[in-house]
Amino acid sequence: MKKVIFALVCSFIVCACVLNCSAYEHEEYYKGAKKGEVLNVFNWGEYISDSYEDGMLDVNKEFEKLTGIKVNYVTFESNEDMYAKIKNGGASYDIIVPSDYMIERMIDENLLQKFDVKSLPNYHYIDEKYRGMYFDENDEYCVPYNVGMVGLIYNTKVVTETPDSWKIMWDEKYAGKILMIDNPRDAFAIPQKILGYSFNSTDEKELSDVAQMLIDQKPLLQGYVMDEVYNKMESGEAAMVPYYVGDFITMHDVNPDLAFVYPKEGVNIFVDAMCIPECAQNVSAAMKYINFMLDPEIGLCNAWYIGYASPNTGVVNNPDYADYAENKLLYPDEDSMPDVEYFHNLPQETLERFASLWNDIKVAGSSNTHIYVGFSVVGVCFAAYVVYSYIKKKKREYWYDFPNT
Amino acid sequence: MNKTSLSKRFFASPYMIWAAIFIIVPLIFVVYYSLTDASGAFSLEYIKDIGRYRDIMLNSIWLGFIATIISLVISYPLAYIMARSTTNVQRTMMMLVMLPMWMNLLIRTYSLMILLQDTGIINTALGFLHLPPLKMINTDGAVVLGMVYNYIPYMILPLYSIMAKLDHGLIEAAEDLGANKLSVLSKIILPLSLPGIASGFTMVFVPSVSTFYISKKLGGNTVSLIGDIIEMQFKSSNNYNLGAALSLVLMVMIIICMAVMNRFTSDEDDGGVLI
Repeated sequence: MKKVIFALVCSFIVCACVLNCSAYEHEEYYKGAKKGEVLNVFNWGEYISDSYEDGMLDVNKEFEKLTGIKVNYVTFESNEDMYAKIKNGGASYDIIVPSDYMIERMIDENLLQKFDVKSLPNYHYIDEKYRGMYFDENDEYCVPYNVGMVGLIYNTKVVTETPDSWKIMWDEKYAGKILMIDNPRDAFAIPQKILGYSFNSTDEKELSDVAQMLIDQKPLLQGYVMDEVYNKMESGEAAMVPYYVGDFITMHDVNPDLAFVYPKEGVNIFVDAMCIPECAQNVSAAMKYINFMLDPEIGLCNAWYIGYASPNTGVVNNPDYADYAENKLLYPDEDSMPDVEYFHNLPQETLERFASLWNDIKVAGSSNTHIYVGFSVVGVCFAAYVVYSYIKKKKREYWYDFPNT
Repeated sequence: MNKTSLSKRFFASPYMIWAAIFIIVPLIFVVYYSLTDASGAFSLEYIKDIGRYRDIMLNSIWLGFIATIISLVISYPLAYIMARSTTNVQRTMMMLVMLPMWMNLLIRTYSLMILLQDTGIINTALGFLHLPPLKMINTDGAVVLGMVYNYIPYMILPLYSIMAKLDHGLIEAAEDLGANKLSVLSKIILPLSLPGIASGFTMVFVPSVSTFYISKKLGGNTVSLIGDIIEMQFKSSNNYNLGAALSLVLMVMIIICMAVMNRFTSDEDDGGVLI
């Protein structure tokens, strides 16, 4: 009897070990990399699980171990930064992770290449909801990576009321404590909703109104930020910022005084997806990487680390992920769903208008009277010195020449 | 004769090639981009557009000027004292001047930010002493402090090298002839150190005016300098033409400022000016 039990225990251990060892599905898909293959990945900052702490995985290291392909991982701060780099051909990447409207624009400008999305063995994990999205109706260009919404993060120690409107960001009570998101689309989105406009408005006057609101807001701001938002909010240096819900969950772990709300006027919803740019050098490795990111195990680590909502059913249905999956901010049900709108790509004219207004906003508010006063004082001093030295010189010449005259 | 000029040319060629590739060619690109539009056709559109950026450009020049004057006021006596000290003291002081420069500018600026912010070290200390907090970060003052802090060694070094070479005999002679301390300073030391002032001025003023990282971190991106706007054109707005036009105008303005400065320093003194 004992022997039987022993054998059972042994086989159980062996089974567990075997199950544990083959952690990734479809491992055969990752085979066959040549020696010295390199994959260049261009992703958002803080957008991948990158350490082995707390039971998580360093995703890039795991991929290197599994396939033998070396991963060069580079990050960007905004869609616009990424676009400028790709557009000017300054560098070649094999994978990029733009958001919806940027994917639409890049497809439009032939900067992305089609690949066989449906042949990825793990593609079946992508939720039906996130297939055939408006920017890629036939699922030819991209595989969704994360889904999120923008809301208002605030520090309950400073903001004692419970805000429900974006208008609080124009409240003078909080002057010097307000942060604004540092990219034109997301920054414009907030006044656009307050004024009841669409994010995708191309109306000149509407855009000017929005820019004027941002200029009015500028004296109240502590600054425009992107990835720096973590330090500023976690330390309590700033009291409110419009930012992505996933990042709120990360920040909340550090500073429990922070709270989050979807303002009633409406918010932006976005999908970030993995694409292969036209300039890619190593498409087969890129497809392996994308498939790897869809693996439930890896997807779970990423979802934990990044805190964004995952379009991966293998992650969302995992019991270990229940804490997150039940979070109404990340995965709102019908009742808690805010009023949402996607960004779309805009016509070239409107894009130029955006850029020009954004410049105006950045330039606005450098007070200048004291500078004119300062420059005139310096000018007067300088002129006085020139006159003084000229007179002195003349006098000296006169005295030097004196005996001769 | 011919031989020397050939060998001169030979030894000068590494730098000439370097300058051609990394100075002349980029300058040509800047001019090219600033005079064309996105399609590559000739256009003065962006140069004409500069008027919109007049205030911010003046603001940058003004803050750069203040930072330079502050650096000069701090560095001048220090350089004199340093040059008059014993070798050991000189070495230690030189070390202290150079030490911060071993760290990267970005890190130095970032640490200033941590020091100055509302929840930073200074304000926390004030809080312990029950003193009201100071508003330091995101002001013009913080940006100027950042410029002075980062660029002051470039002012001290040329001043020090001039002061060290200054002939002490001249000072003694002036004193023997009955000059008081003030006239020794204004008649002997100041005129002789003008070349050092001029080169220190250039080396602090030029990077201060065109900086962008310092204003971004210490000005919270709301005190914008022209460098921030130029950086934005290349980094995210993808408008190389406007960026190049702004850089070109900034360069011209800096050259004008330097020309005025040159006039100022070489007015009475005919000795070599270092720029």
